Amino acid sequence: MSAPEHPHDSGSVGTTGHEWDGIRELDNPLPRWWLWIFYACIAFAVGYWVLMPAWPGLSGYTKGILGRSDRAEVVEQLARLKTLRGAQNARLAKASLQEIEQDPGLQAHALAVGQSVFGDNCATCHGVGGTGGKGYANLRDDVWLWGGTLDDIHRTLQYGIRSGHPQARFSQMPAFGRDQILTPGQVGDLTEYVVALSGRPANPAAVQRAAPVYAANCVACHGPEGRGDPLQGAPNLTDREWLYGSARKDIQAQIHGGVGGVMPAWTGRLDPETLKALAVYVHANAAGQ
Amino acid sequence: MTVVIDRTRAGSQDAGPASAAERARRRGDPGGGLYKPRTPIYPKVARGQWRNLKWVLMIVTLAIYYITPWIRWERPGALPDQAILVDFEGRRFYLLDLQFWPQEVYFITGLLVMAALALFLASALFGRLWCGYACPQTIWTDLFIHVERIFEGDRNARMRLDAAPWSFDKLWRKVGKHLVWLGIAFGTGGAWIFYFHDAPTVLVQFWTGQAPATAYVFCALLTFTTYVFAGTLREQVCTYMCPWPRIQGAMIDQDSLQITYRLDRGEPRGPHKKGASWEGRGGCIDCGQCVVVCPMGIDIRDGAQLECINCGLCADACDEMMDRIARPRGLIGYDTDEAVAARAAGQPAVYRLVRPRTLVYAAALVLVSGLMLWGLLRRQPYEVHVLRDRNPIAVRLHDGSVRNGYTLKIANRSFADAEARIRFSGPPGALLKTPAAPVATDGVNARIEANTVRAVRVFVTLPEQAGAGTSLPVAFTVTLPEGAMTVKSTFITDPGARP
Repeated sequence: MSAPEHPHDSGSVGTTGHEWDGIRELDNPLPRWWLWIFYACIAFAVGYWVLMPAWPGLSGYTKGILGRSDRAEVVEQLARLKTLRGAQNARLAKASLQEIEQDPGLQAHALAVGQSVFGDNCATCHGVGGTGGKGYANLRDDVWLWGGTLDDIHRTLQYGIRSGHPQARFSQMPAFGRDQILTPGQVGDLTEYVVALSGRPANPAAVQRAAPVYAANCVACHGPEGRGDPLQGAPNLTDREWLYGSARKDIQAQIHGGVGGVMPAWTGRLDPETLKALAVYVHANAAGQ
Repeated sequence: MTVVIDRTRAGSQDAGPASAAERARRRGDPGGGLYKPRTPIYPKVARGQWRNLKWVLMIVTLAIYYITPWIRWERPGALPDQAILVDFEGRRFYLLDLQFWPQEVYFITGLLVMAALALFLASALFGRLWCGYACPQTIWTDLFIHVERIFEGDRNARMRLDAAPWSFDKLWRKVGKHLVWLGIAFGTGGAWIFYFHDAPTVLVQFWTGQAPATAYVFCALLTFTTYVFAGTLREQVCTYMCPWPRIQGAMIDQDSLQITYRLDRGEPRGPHKKGASWEGRGGCIDCGQCVVVCPMGIDIRDGAQLECINCGLCADACDEMMDRIARPRGLIGYDTDEAVAARAAGQPAVYRLVRPRTLVYAAALVLVSGLMLWGLLRRQPYEVHVLRDRNPIAVRLHDGSVRNGYTLKIANRSFADAEARIRFSGPPGALLKTPAAPVATDGVNARIEANTVRAVRVFVTLPEQAGAGTSLPVAFTVTLPEGAMTVKSTFITDPGARP
């Protein structure tokens, strides 16, 4: 026998009367400190039920006499935030876009507001970095379909493009192929013509055939040299930026189908100060105009 | 050569007062319990050189603690005018003309390493100097014991009072003592918060209910800990809560000077009648004075032990007694185990303060202090970092040129605004732009306000095919009032495929 049978049994503590294979359980009392904390927890819980929302019922829950509610708290915090931002926002509301950009303090505030609002509302389509994607404009470069000045950007943000807002700007690239305005052959020739406009090697015969077709159908919006027109949102066909892709099949698909994206109108969804801040943010990060 | 100290010796049981530790041992462990009840200690007042030194050190250290936050130091603008201020809200540590930012936490690390090494060195040389003379636990306990003595008298009076039944006299003495203790504790906790807020301001705010919640919390916390640690826990903090007594065992060796009972002189001990011969016996008359003055409740004659904080009060008590019986002083004093053992063996004592251990500690201390000094001397008030935009990493413009965005973080730790001129060096043809300024080729300006970090966004546009490869080495040179700093970065020429 190397170890004593009941190492902690000094004889002063009784057993619970349970026995398993000769092992008996000592009936030691709980440590006093533990017991008191346990009782304190029970007292705390009872107090909590009375003071705080606690028990679920069939059609609601016990509200607690303190009347605490997370929802009410959020509303209160939002109101507090609004007053906190009030002074700066009032300055944003009063200053013109150019004034905001010239005042370092105000600009810093606008950039901070703009960045957070951009992440919440714009990044879904334009990307967190604002570089867009196929069909969604890159906001970081210097190519702006509808103009890249501060005022242009602000206007686009307010009313959107093809958004249905009465003041929204609108233009429509015709679906030359699908609507049978041009024959598939002419669409093919025009594709070569557009490729040539952007300075890339193209089939000279097709380009020659397409010249009169371009003059008749495209010049009104894209201009005789293909430089586009920001007033109509007509893209410049001579640069390196292609909203719907630069490959021949992408260009051909656009001439055939004439897709035009929608930018929603944000006025009414975001308040005017926020829209101003957003415009300053987008303009500051763009290589714009 | 070592001396075996027999701590189980029962000789001291018969004569003289026993130490609290000895009484606890005698009483025996009740067994099975998690908590050993404390044996009350009633330290008698000691008089002598070490006691005087302790009074002086108590006054000096308490004065440093209470006066420091009130030293003013003029700083420009809205910056605080407190010489030493730990401003958690503004994330600054102000030290005279220096201000430290959270990113310079390595200075605090260095300071702590220095403190640890200094503690090692001091312990290896002179034992627990810190514990005995400088530790706040010792200082405040000393102060509280002094207050206790004023209200309840010295050792014997206190023992009588505690044993006596409750009476008005006992009541007012006890209540008075605890009130003064609480007052001191509150003063301690109250002074603490002055290090973290402008002292005159927070003093007014504190009493008008305007102070930040942390001020009240920490004041209450330190009031509580001071009252409990110095009032009731006392030596238990050192013995059970503090790690240092256990660590010091590795720092102290047989050549460390410590408060030591010179048993070569003292043994064999025993009561001595006036006029009797001193032949054939030791100098210790077993009067127990060293035991009754000990605030740790131990008997120094048992040798170096965990509980001993080396406060020197037993040496004072012994000296006083030796004076009274006209015997030479110094039966208890600073000595080394090695020297005691040598004398006991009839050889001359040799003291070796310079030994490998102390040399290594000293060298490490000098090294770390030198590093700290070097770091402080070459510390610049400005700092520049450049962060490349990661999204987008690059943007291609309509003519094929490529634009990269950078954020330059320029820190101005001085007390004056600074004009920074940011120039770009890289492939030719670069165009610079900030969100505020129009396009520039030669560089952009930024105003860096005092005591701030300014993030300056800079966009750099390079023509297509500006250099070989997709990643070009570039650099920004920021010219500041105290010279220029260059930070390196890269320019990515390939924005990746666009539709």
